[in-house]
Amino acid sequence: MEQGQGFELETASADAGTLRRVAIDPVSRVEGHGKVTLLLDDKDQVQQVRLHIVEFRGFEKFIQGRPYWEVPVMVQRLCGICPVSHHLAAAKALDQVVGASCLTASAEKLRRLMHYGQILQSHALHFFHLSSPDLLFGFASEAGRRNIVAVAAAFPEVARQGVLLRKFGQEVIRLTAGKRVHGTGAIPGGVNRALSRQERDGLLADIGQIVGWSRDAVQLVKRLHAADPALYDVFGAFRSNILSLVGAEGALDFYDGQLRVRDADGGIFVDGFDAQNYHQLIREEVKAWSYMKFPFLVALGPQQGWYKVGPLARVQNCDFISTPFAEAERREFIDYGQGKPIHAPLAYHWARMIELLHAAETIAALLPDDDLSGRDLIAGGERSREGIGVIEAPRGTLIHHYQVDEDDLVSSCNLIVSTTHNNQPMNEAIRQVARRYLNGRELTEGLLNHIEVAIRAFDPCLSCATHALGKMPLQLELQDSAGSVVGRLMTVV
Amino acid sequence: MKQASILLDGLPVPFDAGQTIMDAALAAGIFIPHLCHHPAFKPQGSCKLCTVKANGRYVSACTLPARDGMEVENNTPDLNDKRRTLLQMLFVEGNHFCPSCEQSGNCMLQALAYELEMLSPHFDQFYPNRPVDASHPEVLLDFNRCILCELCVRASRDVDGKSVFSLSGRGINKHLIVNAESGRLADTDFDWADKAAQVCPVGVILKKRRGFAVPIGKRRYDIEPIARQVESLAARRADDMGHGD
Repeated sequence: MEQGQGFELETASADAGTLRRVAIDPVSRVEGHGKVTLLLDDKDQVQQVRLHIVEFRGFEKFIQGRPYWEVPVMVQRLCGICPVSHHLAAAKALDQVVGASCLTASAEKLRRLMHYGQILQSHALHFFHLSSPDLLFGFASEAGRRNIVAVAAAFPEVARQGVLLRKFGQEVIRLTAGKRVHGTGAIPGGVNRALSRQERDGLLADIGQIVGWSRDAVQLVKRLHAADPALYDVFGAFRSNILSLVGAEGALDFYDGQLRVRDADGGIFVDGFDAQNYHQLIREEVKAWSYMKFPFLVALGPQQGWYKVGPLARVQNCDFISTPFAEAERREFIDYGQGKPIHAPLAYHWARMIELLHAAETIAALLPDDDLSGRDLIAGGERSREGIGVIEAPRGTLIHHYQVDEDDLVSSCNLIVSTTHNNQPMNEAIRQVARRYLNGRELTEGLLNHIEVAIRAFDPCLSCATHALGKMPLQLELQDSAGSVVGRLMTVV
Repeated sequence: MKQASILLDGLPVPFDAGQTIMDAALAAGIFIPHLCHHPAFKPQGSCKLCTVKANGRYVSACTLPARDGMEVENNTPDLNDKRRTLLQMLFVEGNHFCPSCEQSGNCMLQALAYELEMLSPHFDQFYPNRPVDASHPEVLLDFNRCILCELCVRASRDVDGKSVFSLSGRGINKHLIVNAESGRLADTDFDWADKAAQVCPVGVILKKRRGFAVPIGKRRYDIEPIARQVESLAARRADDMGHGD
């Protein structure tokens, strides 16, 4: 299918008042609070599917009037899973405000270490804690089993490795940022702490095992694909452009680079685009039914210009990965596509585990570097009134843009977070799933979980996307065409 | 002649003539919670955190002169409950967002909340609207965190001779102001080298562009809880750098 056809289920053509409404509210095992609504006709044919982000928090507003040096610490509170990404994107933006066009070698490497620790822990959390229950037990398995505790009972080694991978990533963050969650390590112009030799030795003692387990994680996700390619290759699949930062010489790089866009066939549409000019490349559309905006490429417009971000985009957008095990896995992944980009949402998990492996290998390569224990941590230069920081967060490209007035206070803020880029792709994926699995069938909790599985593949952070805080338990409500509730299902997450 | 002493929580604590209960306790290395007290300035007894029971009466330790044989209760559940309530009221009256405050780890209010095991604000938040004053090139004033201790008022008036700060309004509407027609710090002769810039026990008077330069683990109260820093609290002098520097 061509990109953009999925808009057909965005708004029902029939009178919505005559249709039956089913809501998945909230979507569970994702970060934040969102809901899915389905409108069905008398023959249970799906007429409309929407992923709504229903909460609003407004960080962009209340950061205004605050001193700029407070921003990296404050905005990271958007999220409890990947605060480091916001912390670093804000710090990168404010580097420009303090005139630090080039960080010291120590500061750059310490920030990279922090970020790769973040990628490691967030990817481990997403795959093992949030998604593996669906993948290991089946999408329609007993709802009470679909959690990490049940995974630990049935597959103790898988769960143990997932938990310990995440723990290691958190430890890297603690040592570079001061705390496992919501630290203060990155400051405008550099960092406020270096690693002691002892701290590096502590991490070095474990990193070999971490790389080994990361390789195992890639093998696990490959086995899942191989066991049921008919499912993994087509579930929720749709074609789209892809966008990400690409590092020097086309390398996969999570911390810095230039923007590259490929079209749905893998052709390079935009390359070497300076992320500082992101607003010339991307615009955001507002729709009345969601607090989450819909970004699109200016050159292609909202119908054709939407794109995927995150692991699936990054692993296929780069030309190579700089670490050997992850590069070998990337090649195998690319080969699996037989010359075509892989668009299947469930392949996000595969790409995500390749990135997890790359993060582990990068940490292993960084740790022996004495610059991590350096003392030259801060750079500065000529002040400026504006800064744009772009980074590849675990879920995709993250853009922080600030303007600072002459008194050092933030006068404007624009955040385009990873999950927002994936707004249309997630809507598209759940429409595909609704067509394939839900049309004409009596809805059960297991069937509706298929919708959530598609959303989870993108590892959405709905809190970040609307800068809102959410709750997790799933409540599923079935209403008749008159709007009366005829059934309700609850799961504990 | 026998040295005069008070009995502080049953321990004899000597004092010299003219010393308050607080002076005697600090000299003996005993911690009495306090915010508005600073050894370099005349005590005013406004925060009431140092409330103790002297011979059965609630009094401010920082203002009551010690008397020989006085029996003083300090570290008791009853007094600490009352102090915790006072802290809770201070927290809800301002906007104290410790997670993003650059004074976290260096803030006496936060340190006391930890010390007295304040687990929640308990009362409804006031959420007052208090815009910051960033007009000065070197110093930011974040009024959101003011606890009306008047240390900056006293320091500016009594040490710096500038009277840059004052309290205005009455009762619950009392608030810190800058003595300039415009109300802006930039329109005063305030300077970062002033004593008034160094005495704020919370995060109102801040050196600009310093922010989070001190990493977690090396901030004042990361190193030791406030109750174990009596010696440095007692040693503060008018020419000292204040907290957190």
